[in-house]
Amino acid sequence: MTMPLTKDDCPAGFYDEEIEEAFRRRRPPLLIKYKDNIRAFFAASVPPLVTLALILLTWQLLCVGPTSALPSPLRIWSEANDLILHPFYEAGSQDMGLGWRVLTSLKRVAVGFGFASVAGILLGSFVGQSQWATRGLDPIFQVLRTVPPLAWLPISLAAFRDSQPSAIFVIFITSIWPIIINTAVGIRNIPQDYRNVAAVLRLNQIEFFWKIMVPSAAPYIFTGLRIGVGLSWLAIVAAEMLTGGVGIGFFIWDAWNSSRLSDIFVALIYIGVTGFILDRLVAFVGSLATRGAQAN
Amino acid sequence: MSSYLSIENVDMVFARGANVTKVLDNVCLRVEKGQFVSIIGHSGCGKSTLLNIVAGLVKATSGGVLLEDREVNAPGPDRAVVFQNHSLLPWLSAYENVRLAVDKVFGKTMTRARRHEWTMHNLELVQMAHAKDKRPGEISGGMKQRVGIARALAMQPKVLLLDEPFGALDALTRAHLQDVVMRLQERLGNTVMMITHDVDEAVLLSDRIVMMTNGPQATIGETLDVPLKRPRDRIALATDAAYLECRRRVLQFLYERHRYVEAA
Repeated sequence: MTMPLTKDDCPAGFYDEEIEEAFRRRRPPLLIKYKDNIRAFFAASVPPLVTLALILLTWQLLCVGPTSALPSPLRIWSEANDLILHPFYEAGSQDMGLGWRVLTSLKRVAVGFGFASVAGILLGSFVGQSQWATRGLDPIFQVLRTVPPLAWLPISLAAFRDSQPSAIFVIFITSIWPIIINTAVGIRNIPQDYRNVAAVLRLNQIEFFWKIMVPSAAPYIFTGLRIGVGLSWLAIVAAEMLTGGVGIGFFIWDAWNSSRLSDIFVALIYIGVTGFILDRLVAFVGSLATRGAQAN
Repeated sequence: MSSYLSIENVDMVFARGANVTKVLDNVCLRVEKGQFVSIIGHSGCGKSTLLNIVAGLVKATSGGVLLEDREVNAPGPDRAVVFQNHSLLPWLSAYENVRLAVDKVFGKTMTRARRHEWTMHNLELVQMAHAKDKRPGEISGGMKQRVGIARALAMQPKVLLLDEPFGALDALTRAHLQDVVMRLQERLGNTVMMITHDVDEAVLLSDRIVMMTNGPQATIGETLDVPLKRPRDRIALATDAAYLECRRRVLQFLYERHRYVEAA
């Protein structure tokens, strides 16, 4: 450990205003200044990395034999590293990087989930506001929301006669239920106090919707949106496997048909990471939008 | 003779199935302009229900409320309420909370700049201008209640309704806010109706104290005029004979003649 420099360390006669100034300006080294941040970073990143390494090691040991049914991590790397290293290459209509495929899938999710958000919030507000709408519609929602995404696919294929809108419809119908139900709960839970304030101020329906209802129910609405976006990402992969075309889901199906198991593992990682980012993105937007709404 | 605010033969019955409870029985009360009236009673005596009826948030089963000889039966900014738990909208800053009321009440009669001034003026009245950009979650309970008072005052109500406004505050903050309300009422001459269960608060602030009997079928048991000159000072009053006599009368009513009985 080095002793900190002090004035007394300077030979006599050398000490003057300039040196004084230099001492005052001396900044702590970056490593010390950001010590807490650096520590927090390692505390957050080391445990998952260690766990990951352990999992890969176990996997490698389990699948190392030449007769193993599944590829080991090293084999995946040697067979499919182009997919990891070049997510955005493009060589033909079906020969492109996984980045492009994920983006295509995301576009479908964006459209389907976008429609589901708007329709879900409006329907949820309606259901939450009205006793009779709750009694009439809630049981139907509760039954329909348990239908698995793929069960809707044949019906939507029959209705739309095209794979693209069918996939989008499956996203829509999968993700709308949690949005409706959570919005309705949020509206029903608007504290009586806020309703009293609105009554004393004589807010009209539209003002009430924008100034009280939406901000008050926002935490619930965003919970619904977060569940919804997770479900739509689940559904798109399954739907694409069946509808074909470009997309991460179809890529997996295609890889399975041509026995490229390593490619499937890489695709799984892409799907997982993308789903994680989607979830965090909605959560982040929610935390911005509901700032203050919880504090009371 | 007609009064500024008169509560005429108000009955309130809550019915849940076959279970019928008469909460208020034939309540009559007249409040003159500029008067500060407190309603005091044990919990469960229906005093908050009475205030909600005046506010229009609850409809009386029979009887009615007249304000300047006009019947009022729906809530409105002419009877602004300061709620017990402040009821500020937590996603709006202190300024925005008051501004929402100002925009709604004076949106058609004031220019935008004038509304901003009026909002700031009311925040200054309660000494909250410095925290105007803070959200309710970031300020103390007393400060929240001050913003609540500013919001109510900003509506320029004909009657200011205070529903146990200091009930949720600690004793020191409560005393401070009582002084704030007393000062403002003396300065602005508001007509105020306050619900409380604090005897000292009632005597200190009121021109008249309305004492309610125990529920069910609660009604006004007695009213007491408080003959203390304004401005009042809580320290000087602590030894004032008239103050102590008023206090004794209220205590006697509450603890001797209408003692609180556990709900059977």
